Amino acid sequence: MVGAVKLDDLARQRGEWLRGNGPEADIVISSRIRLARNLADFPFISRAPEQDRARIEKSVREAVLKTDGGSKMLYLDVEQLDTVDRQFLVERHLISREHAESQGARAVAIDPAETLSVMVNEEDHLRIQVMQSGFDLPSAWARINLVDDLMESQVTYAFHPRLGYLTACPTNVGTGMRVSVMLHLPALVLTRQLDKVFRSLQKVSLAVRGLYGEGSQAMGDFYQISNQVTLGKSEEKLIKDVVEIVPKIIEWERKAREFLIKESHENLHDQVSRAYGILRTAQTISSEETMHLLSRVRMGVNLGLIDDLQIPAVNELFIHTQPAHLQKISGVELDTADRNIERARYLRRQLNREAGGPASKN
Amino acid sequence: MKCQKCDKPATFHITELTSGKPAELHLCEEHAREYLTQSPGEPASASNMAAALAHQLAQQMAVGQTAEELAQLDQQACPVCGITFHEFRSQGRLGCPHDYVAFEAQLGPLLLNIHGEGEHTGKIPKRCPQGSEKRTQLIRLRREMSEAVAEERYERAKELRDEIQRIENSGAG
Repeated sequence: MVGAVKLDDLARQRGEWLRGNGPEADIVISSRIRLARNLADFPFISRAPEQDRARIEKSVREAVLKTDGGSKMLYLDVEQLDTVDRQFLVERHLISREHAESQGARAVAIDPAETLSVMVNEEDHLRIQVMQSGFDLPSAWARINLVDDLMESQVTYAFHPRLGYLTACPTNVGTGMRVSVMLHLPALVLTRQLDKVFRSLQKVSLAVRGLYGEGSQAMGDFYQISNQVTLGKSEEKLIKDVVEIVPKIIEWERKAREFLIKESHENLHDQVSRAYGILRTAQTISSEETMHLLSRVRMGVNLGLIDDLQIPAVNELFIHTQPAHLQKISGVELDTADRNIERARYLRRQLNREAGGPASKN
Repeated sequence: MKCQKCDKPATFHITELTSGKPAELHLCEEHAREYLTQSPGEPASASNMAAALAHQLAQQMAVGQTAEELAQLDQQACPVCGITFHEFRSQGRLGCPHDYVAFEAQLGPLLLNIHGEGEHTGKIPKRCPQGSEKRTQLIRLRREMSEAVAEERYERAKELRDEIQRIENSGAG
């Protein structure tokens, strides 16, 4: 069970996109690029019988292990993982919810720094993903382009001279590339200016979505900006479109924060302090409320309203208080009510320790 | 692409993950604002990607075609993987790389609709810059070979096996 041991190790490390550094890290959480690829000589997943899925998985596994650094990657048979482990990988953004919940031969390869993951037999045979902390799409592209070249030296991709890389869904054909940047926009939410963001995105055909956790609640004021089209533009151009729009959104968020500080300093300081206070003292707390309050606290840290807490620690709390992480860290399976109690206990322990005060007992 | 709630062009493209599976929304400015100002707890009544695609295709097909022609089109099948156009239309997912060739006439306008462009201008793989169509034919050949074996047509199965091996070993696209 070497794989299981290594998976548990992930729970104790911070993971690339939680590092909280990189350019513009106060607002840009992470930069991510994924490429959809398929082997030329197999049907797409929805049409592939189980024996084909197994053969695809084997071909890709062998190819991954042969690439540079491939032998150091953690290769997990997703079908064999239990529900909590699958959910844990979803929460860390290493696999998709779909990949966690589907059935049949499928896998994921993860590099030790958690910057690279390769999903095998998701909607496409391969979904390669590179994730960096902060606003840094060029390095993400350099890395994923290289990984793609290495994979391609081992397998034959489905490619059409006019349509590019062929994918199971026509919305991904061409480059097969999705570029996305995750932003933390609490001040734009508070000042009800998100409209402006969405309007600017429409002009360049970019998509926006909220980040979701447990249940259906939009949480933590996190928004993801990504390209909508994949055909007819080069990879560089698709990246450029996102790279050009993000600084504008960052500027709006900064201005909204400045406005809040200037025009309603007491009110903002109060909201941030109350959020911090609840997180440090609550006895039971839902995932939704935690995300909501942590968002306020994160903004407060960035604005200097809270001075005894660091951004990486806050970023970590966002993930560690998610249901599967909480269960991995505490080492037991918990139902919703027990999770809420354990979450509050975890928050009290972490926040009172981070703040340098005596760690509260339980 | 039209807004899913009215006839105006869709200028907002939103992916929701509320129900566990991603669902895409294509809305005009007005409906996007309405949607985005909904309280976050309210699950969006979004149709999923397959439904959106099916809807788009249905609209596209309905123009200037009789019911008979549509029924005929629906029955068209890819010679490589066997998926019918109707199956693609209802699932929103293609069956194999050859579908892009087999359903070219229908997919062309759909791709233009989705991407606003019809030709790839990005990265080209070193291995098969001219396309991997030949290798995709392996899907059909392997299927024919197992059918031949099942029907005890061993002479034909042997021919197919040789052809498969030739393509596999050539490393060609």
